[in-house]
Amino acid sequence: MTSAALAPDDPAVAARRPRQLARTAYLTAAISIAVIAVMGAPIVLSALASIKTAGDASASPPHYLPSALSFENYAKVFRFQAGLATYVGNSALVALIVIASCLAIAAPAGYGLARFAMRGKEIAFLVLLAPIMIPYQAILTPLYLDFAKIGLVNTHLGLAIVHTILQLPFSIFLMRSSFEAIPREIEEAAVIDGCSSWKRLTRVFLPLATPGLVTVALFAFINSWNEFLAALILMSRETSFTVPILLVSVRQGHFGAVDWGALQASVIISIIPCLGVYLALQRYYISGLLSGAVK
Amino acid sequence: MAPALIFVGVFVLVPLGQLIAMSMTDRSLLGGGRFVGFGNYIKIWNDAGFWRALLFTVKYTIVLTPILMILGFGLALLTVDNTPLKRLTRTVAFLPVVIGLSSSSLLWFWLFDEQVGLLNKLLTDLRVIAQPMVWFVSADLAFWAVVISITWKVVGFGMVLFIAGIQSINPEIMEAAVVDGARYWARVFRIILPLSRRIILLTTLISAIGSMLAFDQFYIMTSGGPRGQTFTAVYWIYQNSFVSFKLGYGAALSIVLTLIILAFSTLQIALTARSEAK
Repeated sequence: MTSAALAPDDPAVAARRPRQLARTAYLTAAISIAVIAVMGAPIVLSALASIKTAGDASASPPHYLPSALSFENYAKVFRFQAGLATYVGNSALVALIVIASCLAIAAPAGYGLARFAMRGKEIAFLVLLAPIMIPYQAILTPLYLDFAKIGLVNTHLGLAIVHTILQLPFSIFLMRSSFEAIPREIEEAAVIDGCSSWKRLTRVFLPLATPGLVTVALFAFINSWNEFLAALILMSRETSFTVPILLVSVRQGHFGAVDWGALQASVIISIIPCLGVYLALQRYYISGLLSGAVK
Repeated sequence: MAPALIFVGVFVLVPLGQLIAMSMTDRSLLGGGRFVGFGNYIKIWNDAGFWRALLFTVKYTIVLTPILMILGFGLALLTVDNTPLKRLTRTVAFLPVVIGLSSSSLLWFWLFDEQVGLLNKLLTDLRVIAQPMVWFVSADLAFWAVVISITWKVVGFGMVLFIAGIQSINPEIMEAAVVDGARYWARVFRIILPLSRRIILLTTLISAIGSMLAFDQFYIMTSGGPRGQTFTAVYWIYQNSFVSFKLGYGAALSIVLTLIILAFSTLQIALTARSEAK
């Protein structure tokens, strides 16, 4: 799409009415700035509240800006219960397992779906769609009971398994379309050069599919880091909380009264990794979102 | 391929089988597990709490989805051309999508608070309201508080999908319309909207499924209150299974929810498959 085709007015008419065109441009710029303000304000205000002094953060009526810079809220979260390091560590370890298992399971499955004609492919496809059709919220009870039996409750592996289920359909279909986008000629050349099918996957396909792999890892990280319900049910011990459960726990505090400064500090801590990887890998995130939703 | 199938089999299909079996029993955390046939399902039929939660979830979905679609489409129209300001607007509007629902819910829980919340402060400073509102003591206000926070959180999702939809329209069609003298809004309603039909439908479905499965935002912001008026379907299952430990009954509720979601997701998959065939 050329931007001219979508410009508020067509060039021929606009040339006759430059003032109106300028007015439209100012208007859309003003709306854009308003959108930036409204959408950005909550995060900015939360960040500002997190660096207030604890007393300032709980002041009523509140102030928009901190009167003095203080990191006591962060210090408090750092020492909260088992310590921030434990909770960030839990979330990071779970996310790492999810990334590894999504890549390990989805890459070969996507390759198989993209390249091999096999019997029962439709049935396999349907099975792989199951996690989309059956909401994971529904099967958490049997999973919890099974995990309790084999000692996976309150473990990183147990939560990572649930998060992998959530990510798997997306990961497989994304890998399939990345492999499908690789020209068959490259594969044929590799066959002629005497590559085995495993070698073709590891030496030819995986390097070419790197953007797909990055996207799978990115979504696995963000969705695992943010997932709430399974973590709430499976990670009930204070030392096994993940970051989202830590947030709720900070709000409850020790004595019932909400420690608002500490709460906003923990909110900021929880969103920084997401914003960081998103801003660094924005292109992958958007393309993954599009292929996951509509392609 | 095999590992994927085994994984889904062991961790999705087997639990689903167990869920169906469990839904026919009166199992609780303490034991039980006597076969009761369809007893739990009959109980659901007469469970006023379940119907209230389901209706509330449907209301939430019906109110929220059009808001998200219309605002998302508006943002897409606003930011589709590639100027630095529009790109920045797009990025900022999308930021809340990548943060956690628990983080955004606690952030808004704070903004809405009647004592320390900056939203109340802003509204009083602007003289919109005379004094801070207590959002979470009224079911209606609590409902709108969640709707506002979720709109902020996910409006960027629709925006990005709609931008992709608009960009995939053949530029020649748009240029022809310009040559024919079609004004901007005529082009939006006569060309862009009809040609984005499929993507709008898909986004609506994805969004509606998400709303039907809402839990985090209500657990964190309203705790189902006041007086249990803001329980959602998933929250009701959570209450039965993990608070009251009525596992058999919770399993039957889960089956009912699965069937409802299945209708939505089958439609979604059919729509996606049709686009692949093209």
